Amino acid sequence: MDEPQPGPQGATGPPAPSMGGGWQGPDLAGFSSRGPRLLGGGGGRRATVVSTVSTLVVLGVLVAVFLLAPGSATVRHAFFSPTNMWQSFIGNPKKGYYSVGAALWLNIRIFLVAEVLILILALLIALIRQSTSPVLFPLRVLSMAYVDLFRGVPLLLVVYAIGLGIPALSLPFISSQSNSVYGAAALVLSYSAYVSEVYRAGLNSVHQSQVAAARSLGLSQPVALRYVILPQAVRNIIPPLLNDFISLQKDTALVGVLGAIEANQAAQIYASSQFNYSSFTVAAILFLILTIPLARFTDRLIERDRRRRLAGATT
Amino acid sequence: MSAPDPAGTGTGAAPVPGGAEAIRIEGLRKSFGPNEVLKGVDLSVATHEVVCLIGASGSGKSTLLRCANLLEPADAGRIWLWGAEVTAPGIDQNLVRRHVGIVFQSFNLFPHMNVLRNVTLAPTKVLRTPRAQAQDEARALLDRFGLLGRESDFPDRMSGGQQQRLAIVRALAMKPQIMLLDEVTSALDPELVAEVLDVIRELAASGMTMVIATHEMGFARDIAHRVCFLEEGRIIEDAPPAELFTNPKDERTRRFLRRIVDAGRL
Repeated sequence: MDEPQPGPQGATGPPAPSMGGGWQGPDLAGFSSRGPRLLGGGGGRRATVVSTVSTLVVLGVLVAVFLLAPGSATVRHAFFSPTNMWQSFIGNPKKGYYSVGAALWLNIRIFLVAEVLILILALLIALIRQSTSPVLFPLRVLSMAYVDLFRGVPLLLVVYAIGLGIPALSLPFISSQSNSVYGAAALVLSYSAYVSEVYRAGLNSVHQSQVAAARSLGLSQPVALRYVILPQAVRNIIPPLLNDFISLQKDTALVGVLGAIEANQAAQIYASSQFNYSSFTVAAILFLILTIPLARFTDRLIERDRRRRLAGATT
Repeated sequence: MSAPDPAGTGTGAAPVPGGAEAIRIEGLRKSFGPNEVLKGVDLSVATHEVVCLIGASGSGKSTLLRCANLLEPADAGRIWLWGAEVTAPGIDQNLVRRHVGIVFQSFNLFPHMNVLRNVTLAPTKVLRTPRAQAQDEARALLDRFGLLGRESDFPDRMSGGQQQRLAIVRALAMKPQIMLLDEVTSALDPELVAEVLDVIRELAASGMTMVIATHEMGFARDIAHRVCFLEEGRIIEDAPPAELFTNPKDERTRRFLRRIVDAGRL
């Protein structure tokens, strides 16, 4: 074997020890001991060249297929027209359409408010489901039914149910909120069901011996939960939590079906008044700009956690 | 030995350290599902006494200690600390546990807290000791057990012996009058056992009342005032170490010790 071969075994193992005869362990092209990397990290110049060429080939093929397709010109005009993209981005209320860029601000606000409420509600549900007290039995059943219901019903239906149903009830205050409030409420209800399960997995991941250690020192149940169990549980679930929030960022677009002018709805209005879909491309790009930093941040946290665990294991 | 001021002494139910008999256990039974681990255990431990529990794995040593600290509720039987029944209904278990420290085989340190915080958590949250005072006391304890200078380290950066000494310090920070040690050297590499045993010897010399479940027979013989041999959830023999190790009365004790000697552990 004279060519370094990429192999999955490099993803977990420590750097291969020198095998004698001056032969250095294979670098395993990109699967260094620092974990899987996007680019061939320690692969040297050869690996960089290989990855660059293969990337260019793949991209080139995709672009060629797109450009050579029979309907390419039509699609390019309908989805990627720079004029239309710019128009929809800045908006023009006089012509009957809104700025997709400005509308994104509503998505961001809905996301930020919903995120905080989800973290609180989901934790409550998870703690109730994990409780053992017989007094809380009815609440346990209720929270279980809640999770089953909102994980099972499609989010779009929840948005419709809240957004159309609550106003129809004609209750004081509750029935007179804006569409974005109903949309955010639907997101909170639906996502809390998922996130409570993430919390529950986190609570279960903390070993029972930690509870014993805390209680043996005289800490009461709530104090043990607050200072010993929860911090460890939350640490274990930060990556899956962030993953759910990336998903939540895009699902704020569903609030648009109620008529709230968020980015996707603004793009929809532009498309139907100007007969061009480039506004959707703008919305897509804006959502990408929103989610990608969070995705990279999640990657960094996972990597940091992995390194810490590795350090702990070797001492 | 100065007693901590238990906030709830006024209730009359909570045990107050003091008196000749620290622990009294009568007819203690405990099952896990169909598996009866303790089948009626009677035990009395005097203040300042060191009692070692020996016996094969699964004989009930750990469960006995966990029941004494109320970490496991007893199915039947009663437990008194300094004459106050702690198995009585309505007793504040948190109050009881302040006086009874327990150290586990697998350390069970808090991995997300540094050394100092591991030690000060309980004093600050349970006894409401001011932070600065709790830290001073923690440093004094860390110094006494050779861990000064490690305050800002996390437990996973320490050796097993250091971690177990830290676990002992953490328990001592609550100023308990009784320490329960549950096979504290069983998870350690052989070369790290001695440093932990030395710590326990120091504690015994300082007059700490201790119940020690252990597989270290030589250590038990050195340190214990009394040794109890457990088998299948019962105390078979309870005698001073010189007597139990050299002239065991019960055939089951003799059989157990023979196996230990054959294994080169005594």
